Amino acid sequence: MSILKSPLSAQEILESTFLENRARILEIAAFLDRIERADDAAEARKDFRYQAVLHAVGCLLAPSGNRTGAILHRLSDPTTEPIPSSAGMKSAVGAWQEVTREDH
Amino acid sequence: MKIIDPHIHMVSRTTDDYQALALAGIHAVTEPAFWAGFDRGTAEGFRDYFNQLTVAEPGRAAKFGIRHYCWICLNPKEAEDLALARDVLAVMPEFLDRPTALGVGEIGLNKNSRNEVTVLELQIALAAERDELILVHTPHLEDKLKGTRLIMDAIRNEPRIRPERVIIDHAEEHTIGEIKDRGFWAGLTLYPNSKCSPARAVDILERYGIEMIWLNSAADWGISDPLATVKAANEMRMRRHPEELIRKVFHGNPAAFLGQSPKFHAA
Repeated sequence: MSILKSPLSAQEILESTFLENRARILEIAAFLDRIERADDAAEARKDFRYQAVLHAVGCLLAPSGNRTGAILHRLSDPTTEPIPSSAGMKSAVGAWQEVTREDH
Repeated sequence: MKIIDPHIHMVSRTTDDYQALALAGIHAVTEPAFWAGFDRGTAEGFRDYFNQLTVAEPGRAAKFGIRHYCWICLNPKEAEDLALARDVLAVMPEFLDRPTALGVGEIGLNKNSRNEVTVLELQIALAAERDELILVHTPHLEDKLKGTRLIMDAIRNEPRIRPERVIIDHAEEHTIGEIKDRGFWAGLTLYPNSKCSPARAVDILERYGIEMIWLNSAADWGISDPLATVKAANEMRMRRHPEELIRKVFHGNPAAFLGQSPKFHAA
């Protein structure tokens, strides 16, 4: 595999994109704070999407060069067999929710 | 710099967008058949759509000096109805014979259902019988990893299909490695929220190299950007990648894959 090495130094990456990423992390914090202010925050904290965001935030702290891949793997359906039918299903939601057999 | 956008849905875009593409140096586009945002009820509905792809859009594009090519298929979001699927497959050869139709696409999976897999296998067989190029749509978000693996398994089960004649599109960080390891071309789609940003796409190029990869906008009727390829090229430029490499990613690579069809001529 031929790697295309970035000509930029780490310091140059910080110089050029720190501010936009500072803004992004504040948006995530504000999103979580907004949920906390809602009357039904306790319910939302149990939601699989809320849990997925918290796990993804945890992945950011891992000493890894593949945080993006790790988060995407965590958000993915880990099963391997086709589902019985997609009738009435068009969209994806962005995080996998395990559904028990009784729920079908 | 000349750019090829190898995956864009111009039936959903305004004529202003054709003008913007031309002014930005995008002088060749290819348009896969896709879901219109609603389910079509009959094969005749698809016949009208395939006429739009093979007659109307090349005409709109030509007014701006843009070469418009297309791909013909039944998209996976309308593949749950097997009877309709068989009717649509029956009309596909007539349109695959048209002078700007480059192959079968964008076939693949959406929710990874059994019927979707069946229709995918039927279209892979049709492509094999006709020796057509294949453009693959991989599922969205949480369904992508599983779907990409199921699709690659289905293609590799058809021995007449050579992987270098297949592009697996909408790859991301968790699927690109397996796609390249299995010998397929990979597509990176620059699409807000649900796919890659220009910065992430260039990150992927830096990690996996630029061989057998193309970038596309997949601009359609959703919030999307027909000039996304230009912005990704500029992201490479801002990182000081050489112009020669940028030209290869945005023109040389798509021309190399698409040029496997004798119908394609790069602008």
